[in-house]
Amino acid sequence: MNPTNYLVLSAILFSIGAAGVLVRRNAIVVFMCVELMLNASNLAFVTFARTNGTLDGQVVAFFVMVVAAAEVVVGLAIIVTIFRTRNSASVDEPNLLRL
Amino acid sequence: MAVITTALSIATEGAPNPGEVVAASGTFTLTALLIAIPLASAALLLLLGRRADRWGHLLGTLAAAASAVLGVVLLVAMMGQPEDARTIGQSLWTWIDVGSFTADVALQLDPLSISFVLLITIVGTLIHVYSIGYMAHDPDRRRFFAYLNLFIAAMLLLVLADNYLLLYVGWEGVGLASYLLIGFWYRKPSAATAAKKAFVVNRVGDVGLSLAIMIMFATMGTFTFSGVNEAIGSVDPDTTTWLGLALLLAACGKSAQFPLQSWLLDAMEGPTPVSALIHAATMVTAGVYLIVRSNAIFDLTETAQLAVVVVGTITLLMGAIIGTAKDDIKKGLAGSTMSQIGYMVLAAGLGPAGYVFAIFHLLTHGMFKAGLFLGAGSVMHGMNDDVNMRHYGALRAVMTITWATFGLGFLAIIGIPPFAGFWSKDEIIKVAFAVHPVAGVAALLGAGVTAFYMTRMMAMTFHGKARWEPDVHPHESPAVMTVPMMVLALGSVFGGLVLLFVGNIEEWLAPVVGFEKAEPGIPVPLLIGLTMAVVVVGAVIGWRQYAMREVPRMAPTQVSWATRAARADLYGDAVNEAVFMRPGQYLTRTLVWTDNKVIDGAVNGTAAGIGGLSARSRRWQSGYVRSYALSMLLGAVVIGAVLALVRFA
Repeated sequence: MNPTNYLVLSAILFSIGAAGVLVRRNAIVVFMCVELMLNASNLAFVTFARTNGTLDGQVVAFFVMVVAAAEVVVGLAIIVTIFRTRNSASVDEPNLLRL
Repeated sequence: MAVITTALSIATEGAPNPGEVVAASGTFTLTALLIAIPLASAALLLLLGRRADRWGHLLGTLAAAASAVLGVVLLVAMMGQPEDARTIGQSLWTWIDVGSFTADVALQLDPLSISFVLLITIVGTLIHVYSIGYMAHDPDRRRFFAYLNLFIAAMLLLVLADNYLLLYVGWEGVGLASYLLIGFWYRKPSAATAAKKAFVVNRVGDVGLSLAIMIMFATMGTFTFSGVNEAIGSVDPDTTTWLGLALLLAACGKSAQFPLQSWLLDAMEGPTPVSALIHAATMVTAGVYLIVRSNAIFDLTETAQLAVVVVGTITLLMGAIIGTAKDDIKKGLAGSTMSQIGYMVLAAGLGPAGYVFAIFHLLTHGMFKAGLFLGAGSVMHGMNDDVNMRHYGALRAVMTITWATFGLGFLAIIGIPPFAGFWSKDEIIKVAFAVHPVAGVAALLGAGVTAFYMTRMMAMTFHGKARWEPDVHPHESPAVMTVPMMVLALGSVFGGLVLLFVGNIEEWLAPVVGFEKAEPGIPVPLLIGLTMAVVVVGAVIGWRQYAMREVPRMAPTQVSWATRAARADLYGDAVNEAVFMRPGQYLTRTLVWTDNKVIDGAVNGTAAGIGGLSARSRRWQSGYVRSYALSMLLGAVVIGAVLALVRFA
């Protein structure tokens, strides 16, 4: 197996995720793109773990998954609350923090 | 100075014998009560407030009268003492005791201070009685009497203190009372302003007194009268001169002498009894008291003495000239007061030959000028408080008693024998001719001008045709006012005679202030004749101008520059404004500008700079989540690039 392919896939997935975060307005989609970036990094971690023959990368990957799960819970809760008050999940509309 | 020594033929009656202070015993232990009684009464009246309104004036008058009775008792007791045991000291308590510095609250009763005590308390009591009638319709009469009592207490402290520091307390006390009483009708803006002016000008003079006390303590380590009298001989002559000049500055402020004369004319905004008591008879003469009391200092410094003579001469002429042009009866009398105090200061500057006559004139002046002021108050009382003499005229018929008492005061002030002013003023002119002939000529001329303006005042008020306002019904004042006027008129008639021949004022005061007989260069009868001639000429001109001719109801506007100058108080206020007020205003305005522009500018500029910076940087906060995400990504890319560069380069 050639780890380069995995790493290239990881880079492509991360780029798609980053582009999605930057260009999409819908908070759910942005959220999904964030997850995509996280999982791209997970893939890179696991690949490196395999290459190096250690478990460190896999441990970090599990750690990222736990953090991602927690983040999903909080993030979805916020999105749902915003949607309830504004009938919209656009990330451009809640700009009240602007001065 | 050579002229003086030749003109001065000295017949010494014994130099003063300083430092012989006898401890108080028997009657003399009551001296402190002189001050305590009016002070307690003032405190009571002020603390009780409106509750004392019904009887406040009676208590005030009673307190003054009690002090007067006590004063007479002390005088009798003092006359029973031998001549060298008449300086009685009494230490009440130690006031300040810090290291080597001690100040006692101690009183000194001697022939000089007892003379003042009697003047203050007796004239004061008469004016209290007068005020009962004069202020009868004033809702604040109790407050008025409280302030009058406060004044009496402070003035007595001033003349009874045995050291300059305690004298300073009394000095400021009378200044305070004067301020409160000039501004008694404080709702009137002109009265409030006049009070402030008097206060400020007096502070200028007070700087002189505090400087003098500091010089005394720095050079001699003491400021008691007896201590200074003993130590002054060994002090450096320059220091003595500065000490004399500082005391002169203090005297100028309190006694309205040139160049600090401007406040006295405005002080006439106060009620007339105040003008009579404070701004004619007693407080304004405190400067003369200070100079005479400091005779040991002035005797050693010819420069300061000359300055005193110059100030006195200028003021006696200035005051007289101002008096000739005033239509306001009180301001005319105020100019006259300035002028008469000028005579006293002149006499006090003439050394041992003049001290006695300065005090003599002060006492007679206190009687006749208080009488004149009370007369003016009585006229105002009958004329609806109008002070303009052009609205008077022909009041002799309706105010006979006022006319008579005012007339006796008039004869006394212009110096017709045998009235009081003749004896005292004539002596001053005589001594002035002996010591400083130039000042003597000025004093002689001043006597003529005095006769002119007093005749003018007399004629415009009581003679000629009636020029009354239509709704004015002149009437004689009640007995409570006329009786004090009659008593003071008696003083105007007999005061000089009694003091000179019965009281023997020269010998009475000599142990304290020293006395040398000075003979003028020209024969005395000739000088008296000359003085009489000048006085008669002045009076005749005044009579022809203001009694024989019609006096216009409006002051003529087409007048000579001299009249205009006299009406403007010889530009005293204009000079003060040009020399002190305007530069002062410029200074404060410049300082305010500097504060606003430079100091506040630096502070405000810093704040504005930071504000502007933050206004620019807050544009970064767009509120769009995606732009934040972009900046995070860019930041991550930059960090990654840097790491890669560090790694592979």
